[in-house]
Amino acid sequence: MTFEQIKEILKIKTVGIAGCGGLGSNAAVSLARVGIGRLIIADFDKIEISNLNRQYFFYNQIGEFKAPALKENIKLINPLVEVESHTIKLEPKDIVKLFRNCDVIVEAFDKAEMKQMIVETVLAEMAGRPIVCGIGMAGWGKNDLIKTQCYDNLYLVGDGITEANEHTPVLAPRVCAVSNMMANVVLEILLGECN
Amino acid sequence: MKINLNNREEILDTNKDIITITELFELKKFTFKNLVVKINGQLIKRDEYASATFKAGDKVDVIHMISGG
Repeated sequence: MTFEQIKEILKIKTVGIAGCGGLGSNAAVSLARVGIGRLIIADFDKIEISNLNRQYFFYNQIGEFKAPALKENIKLINPLVEVESHTIKLEPKDIVKLFRNCDVIVEAFDKAEMKQMIVETVLAEMAGRPIVCGIGMAGWGKNDLIKTQCYDNLYLVGDGITEANEHTPVLAPRVCAVSNMMANVVLEILLGECN
Repeated sequence: MKINLNNREEILDTNKDIITITELFELKKFTFKNLVVKINGQLIKRDEYASATFKAGDKVDVIHMISGG
């Protein structure tokens, strides 16, 4: 497939991104660069200086809400992408409502209980909808532990073991690697396997 | 009992024909929080762990959600 053919397919596709932090902001930017038609992005939080070690924001955006700030950044990269931003703390009913027309959903939360909540919601209430989840990307190094696992329509990307904590922080190299692998899984779902 | 656990063949050390998710956790010594559990693709919520059962040959997924993003 040529890039022109790829863009023809992607321009009619919608991807929902739950969370605009390390995983969500970088995955969204990657999908915008390849010409996804529409992104629905959601986050309740504001940008803090501590986010800039991995999230796709700039120093002058500190204090802004993440979802509209990410929309602004995406527009600077590819103005053709339609971006719908929501400043909201997602609950099950919002997930079903906001992402009902999405071809794929990207789980990009930071807390384990939120990851569990969205996966359970999609499996129970949006049966069959592909969801791509980031599981285990704290620390640095250990490239070879990062992998993709597939359980029916649930895709897990990450090392599956490294939890973020004070002594194992989340940092750009590994978080961006995982978020871009998640975007790569989204492409594979939307385009089929690459020859 | 031979099952498919997390896309791998697993032999559980039990004589029972049918066991619950709670019994599986005890057998496997799983103590994790924030698990997503499925039996043959069907989501099993936390309040169903003690009642949801599976048998030999079933496909069981126990996915551990961890923080970071």
